[in-house]
Amino acid sequence: MTQVKEKAVTPDYSAMPDEYGHFGVYGGIFASETLMQALDELRDAYEKAKTDKAFQAQFDEDLAQYVGRPSPLYFAEQLTERAGGAKIYLKREDLNHTGAHKINNTIGQGLLAKMMGKKRIIAETGAGQHGVASATVAARFGMECVVYMGAEDIIRQAPNVYRMKLLGAKVVAVESGSKTLKDALNEAMRDWVTNVDDTFYIIGTVAGPHPYPAMVRDFQTIIGREAKSQMQEQCGCLPDALVACVGGGSNAIGLFHPFLADESVVMYGVEGGGLGVETGSHAAPLCSGRPGVLHGNRTYLMEDNNGQIIETHSVSAGLDYPGVGPEHAWLKDIGRVNYVAATDTEALEAFHTLTRVEGIIPALESSHAVAYGMKLAATMKPEQRIIINLSGRGDKDINTIADIDGIKL
Amino acid sequence: MSRLAARFAELKTNSKTALIPYVMAADPSPETTLPLMHAMVKAGADIIELGAPFSDPMADGPVIQAAAERSLAHNTSMHDVFSLVGEFRQTDDRTPIIVMGYLNPIEVMGYQSFAQQAAACGIDGVITVDMPPVEAGDYVPALKAEGLDPIFLLAPTSTQERIKKVAAVASGFVYYVSLKGVTGAATLDISSVETKVAKIKEIIDLPIGVGFGISDAESAAKVATCSDAVVVGSVLVKNMTLNDGNTEPERAIIIKKISDILASMRSALDS
Repeated sequence: MTQVKEKAVTPDYSAMPDEYGHFGVYGGIFASETLMQALDELRDAYEKAKTDKAFQAQFDEDLAQYVGRPSPLYFAEQLTERAGGAKIYLKREDLNHTGAHKINNTIGQGLLAKMMGKKRIIAETGAGQHGVASATVAARFGMECVVYMGAEDIIRQAPNVYRMKLLGAKVVAVESGSKTLKDALNEAMRDWVTNVDDTFYIIGTVAGPHPYPAMVRDFQTIIGREAKSQMQEQCGCLPDALVACVGGGSNAIGLFHPFLADESVVMYGVEGGGLGVETGSHAAPLCSGRPGVLHGNRTYLMEDNNGQIIETHSVSAGLDYPGVGPEHAWLKDIGRVNYVAATDTEALEAFHTLTRVEGIIPALESSHAVAYGMKLAATMKPEQRIIINLSGRGDKDINTIADIDGIKL
Repeated sequence: MSRLAARFAELKTNSKTALIPYVMAADPSPETTLPLMHAMVKAGADIIELGAPFSDPMADGPVIQAAAERSLAHNTSMHDVFSLVGEFRQTDDRTPIIVMGYLNPIEVMGYQSFAQQAAACGIDGVITVDMPPVEAGDYVPALKAEGLDPIFLLAPTSTQERIKKVAAVASGFVYYVSLKGVTGAATLDISSVETKVAKIKEIIDLPIGVGFGISDAESAAKVATCSDAVVVGSVLVKNMTLNDGNTEPERAIIIKKISDILASMRSALDS
């Protein structure tokens, strides 16, 4: 038998997903019929917004004047010295209004909700960053806001819960399942099917049924587009490597996507390694899971042999999710992005290091990227450059950190 | 002729509406389900819908969600559902059985392997809540190859275009979700159900079952005037919290309660 060897062709990254939201075999619309009309409406509205000059101009204006973009690309000299190797640059999404990259997406979806005439916003949240960003947009647009949050996460992220309440949102504790992000997502979906006429569901990550993965990505690619031109301005070159943490994967896809066609740029998505991937107690579906269907899309999942979703563990609530955006699943399979994990311990160490040597307190989620980025830098040459996405600031995590360090605040 | 087609033909001849109870497999205990299934047939069930539990039942309300958690506490797998149906078939070869669940437990087995095992144990139809026709390119042929009916949902928000897509792939019957929301949600507006079911019937030449929001004999009888089948779930499943179903007397209490509800619905449907 003769084997036909296929010539490797660079995929057209900008052409993904297809009409039904597929990234290769991943993504899609695995939703109940009760949601289909709402998803169709959303897809049509988003398609319109994408080419609507007024919408895009408003989005850009809000990102500049309300969010405070562009966020700096900061050369972290002290961190570079500490890691000993490649130059480390931090993309400072922590400096955005509300303290994380999440606001880029909620501004976009908030404007879309307004355009569609919706009066009520719902959202799910894990670490609370997306909940805060949604509540912020709802306050600004004068919309009612309900945020679903796992009962467990409400304890872990108390400051953010209070912040959402101050902003006028109602925070609903989700007591079902593992009481974390995945269960909050289930509950928000249930709200949406019930109140579909006046309600807009702002999903916070690049997961969920089509068009969410593509839409959220598009709103987040501002991160990568800015980073690319900032690196060009500062050094006249492309970075050699990109590093970002991956829970659902929105900050990572936002940074990676504008660089996908630049073959020289190596990319690392860092999952929540928990107590170690080998222990099974982690949140790293791309490192150790397998493809399945959850929350409206096909992607890598953490599941048991019967196809039941299993509980995840990460010190960071924002990474504590058993699935991942379908585009990441595809990028893993085609080998464009490397997916790795950083453990709780490594992330905590990186948290303290960055805080002490640069005076920047990173979110626990972002600390995973910092941990891997430092390890990676040590293996590279001093003339090479890494961009680490500092997706959020760590103020929300100080209770967790104090707890771990045995300190009472 | 499939068991489902035969049953609907027989009901049509007798001018009767099908009564389809839904219960979750192994809820509240694995030992409850088999005697319950036989009792439901005795109480007037024409078809049984058996829930296969999933950890993340997005389209279900709190009652069915809790049922899935109780079932999963016994580590109920799709193989357990198959064994249960196999046992049921030893003494009842006529009552059609439909399995209702979510895609991932099927996906993990592979569509073909799932379909072969489901057909072998005597399952007749499959409702996969999160599998819409647009994604069902491999799924539908896999089921049909084994003589299983792929049953799809339609909703008040279903457009003509999507009704046509369901018409192209569905067999057995079509399940109309009578209200916006999750299973077990509030009240139901009969006149809007009537209008929508009539529209669906113009496009789909299959029996139409109506479910979600049917809570008593009265609402069942009303829905029966415009549909071929009435599906009841949450109102039955609520009774699974009466006890843990660990002993024979405990199970008898649950079985009696559910049989009584079904019997009252049966007589309301038939009068």
